[in-house]
Amino acid sequence: MTAETTTAPAQDSSTVTTMPLAKAINAALRDELAADAKTLLIGEDIGALGGVFRVTDGLQSEFGTDRVIDSPLAESGIIGTSIGMAMRGYRPVAEIQFDGFVFPSYNQITTQLAKIHNRTDGAVTVPVTIRIPYGGHIGSIEHHSESPEALFAHTAGLRIITPSNPHDAYWMTRQAIVSDDPVIILEPKRRYWLKGEVDTANPAPDAFTAQVLREGTDATIATYGPLVPVALAAAEVAAENGRSLEVIDVRSISPLDDETIARSAAKTQHLVVAHEAPTFGGFGAEIAARVTERAYPRLQAPVLRVGGFHMPYPPSAQEHRYLPDIDRMLEAVERSFAYQRASV
Amino acid sequence: MAEAHAEQPAPIQLLDADGKLSHHPVYSTYIEQLDDAALRDLYRHMALERRFDAEATSLQRQGQLALWAPAQGQEAAQVGTIAALKPTDRVFPTYREHAMALYRGISAEELMATFRAVRHTGWDPNAYNFNNYAIVLASQTLHAAGWAMGINQDLRSGNLPRDKAADEIVLACLGDGASSQGDVHESMVFAASYQLPMLYFIQNNHWAISVPTSTQSPSPLANRATGYGFEGLRVDGNDVLASYAVAKHTAEQLRNGQGPKLIESVTYRMGAHTTADDPTKYRPSEEVEHWADRDPLTRYKTWLENESKATEEFFEQVEQEAAELAAELREAVQTMEPIDIERVFDTVYTEPHRQVQAEKAWLKDYEAGFAEEETS
Repeated sequence: MTAETTTAPAQDSSTVTTMPLAKAINAALRDELAADAKTLLIGEDIGALGGVFRVTDGLQSEFGTDRVIDSPLAESGIIGTSIGMAMRGYRPVAEIQFDGFVFPSYNQITTQLAKIHNRTDGAVTVPVTIRIPYGGHIGSIEHHSESPEALFAHTAGLRIITPSNPHDAYWMTRQAIVSDDPVIILEPKRRYWLKGEVDTANPAPDAFTAQVLREGTDATIATYGPLVPVALAAAEVAAENGRSLEVIDVRSISPLDDETIARSAAKTQHLVVAHEAPTFGGFGAEIAARVTERAYPRLQAPVLRVGGFHMPYPPSAQEHRYLPDIDRMLEAVERSFAYQRASV
Repeated sequence: MAEAHAEQPAPIQLLDADGKLSHHPVYSTYIEQLDDAALRDLYRHMALERRFDAEATSLQRQGQLALWAPAQGQEAAQVGTIAALKPTDRVFPTYREHAMALYRGISAEELMATFRAVRHTGWDPNAYNFNNYAIVLASQTLHAAGWAMGINQDLRSGNLPRDKAADEIVLACLGDGASSQGDVHESMVFAASYQLPMLYFIQNNHWAISVPTSTQSPSPLANRATGYGFEGLRVDGNDVLASYAVAKHTAEQLRNGQGPKLIESVTYRMGAHTTADDPTKYRPSEEVEHWADRDPLTRYKTWLENESKATEEFFEQVEQEAAELAAELREAVQTMEPIDIERVFDTVYTEPHRQVQAEKAWLKDYEAGFAEEETS
């Protein structure tokens, strides 16, 4: 939770395994299915196929068709029936195949799932977890590369998290499933094959907190999900040029750990927020506003945003010009410094 | 309306509009099994709802309720169906199943919290096995399917969490309007695919606010079931005996694993959609008169009297009880306390959420500032 903490797992145990992020989620699902007979998986093609990204590979043969349920091709049905099962005491983990296909279930998520605990004055809990592969850079066709986090962040009653590395993916998935609140896990699909160490005996920090992944003194980049490795690489490049960048993995969209981000921004006096989603009306604006309120006297420049443009996600042949990369993050850092120079 | 009816198969009817009972090879058995007390109780529940409904409408006109959705005319459809279920059968209502809610024991105060807008819902659904009213229509049909999937899951695991759950079924209520919603389609797909013990109960009351059923479907809504591979039945929803018998027979089939099934209950909404609406703008008075002649209480009362199933004393007792319920309703509405917004903050999440906590604390401080000004 503090600026000194990092997510690097301890390495003194045989419980440490190097695996891709998708495998880490698979392990988390397997461990939760084994831990609680009430936990179920439901989604399209998650059984025999193991999901289009193989995240649920092998789970149906291990736990049976009753607990790893291949659903009809109907997203509202997946979420609506998950709500009904949760009302009866089950703990469904629903998979939405791609970000762009979540919208048929948007009504069930926002008017029902998010509100039922509040609507019933706490009498009914609906511990549904929704896994959504999100983000671009996979060269796919329309509706397969979107970042809808702001559309869910605006709905009270939902928790929204997004891991950026295998260890976090394992532990944040488990924490989401055991939470009695509805949790949306936005899985950075272009990082499914990113390998890292997972320590199944050493929990990652609370899923609903931000973490400082790299300490620095000149400026802070706060980002999440697929752009975390980009920000870390940008910090490497900056270091070669004599700039010390701090990198924060936001991890949780709702709740937002604005305290950790503001503390860093107050220290470095420069904050850049990056995400793949369009900046207009985007979640970066929420971070910018909150950090400004908390750290205003310490900031040397307005909080700057790096993100997608106010357009539908472009054909992937052009996505390299749409998605934030190292250069666009560093350009924003330099713009932030320019404000400082102008003011002296 | 008359033309549309001519093309559609006649709904299953036992008691005609004049109160004459006919014999049916399958359904009459279920009526013969009811003793006189049970038969009278069906009337009692219908009469209680009618009085309750009238009182609520009047309270809304007097500014005591934010809104009311009258169910007058649909008493037989609702009472006959819920009476055919077991208390262990879960009901997923829309927002107009007042007779069913009262039948399950939900109090006037619990039912009216929603309509006085002091709470979103007033009852614990697990206490009555009766879900909270669904206002985004059709959403409840998927929750019902999920609940039914849970029943099958419990049966497979042999680990029933609820008492006597082995023969549970689920009643998913909807109306002719909501039948057009995509969630109903998805629910029926899930129910058919997983062979769920679900009874879809469509009250076709002929009007979705101002739009007639013919705009939702030119063919009987019961026919939709065939496309999903299960049976759909049409019943005279103003005939409490047919409503009971068909629901009872269908429920038994579902308990034997022959689910899902659909019942289209053909009835009529005598009042407005809600108290915010003026039905004289969209439907002719002749149509309302046509249905007034088919009133569910009148025909059933006639039959009970003709068959000597009930005495004048019984009807007087029911009237007295209904008056007491109306008084209870009036008293409850005028004395109910709104939920405190601090409690609303506390139930957004089950566990602390830093933005919610911060906003709750901010509001408390902000309002405390006014209190200090007042005292200084």
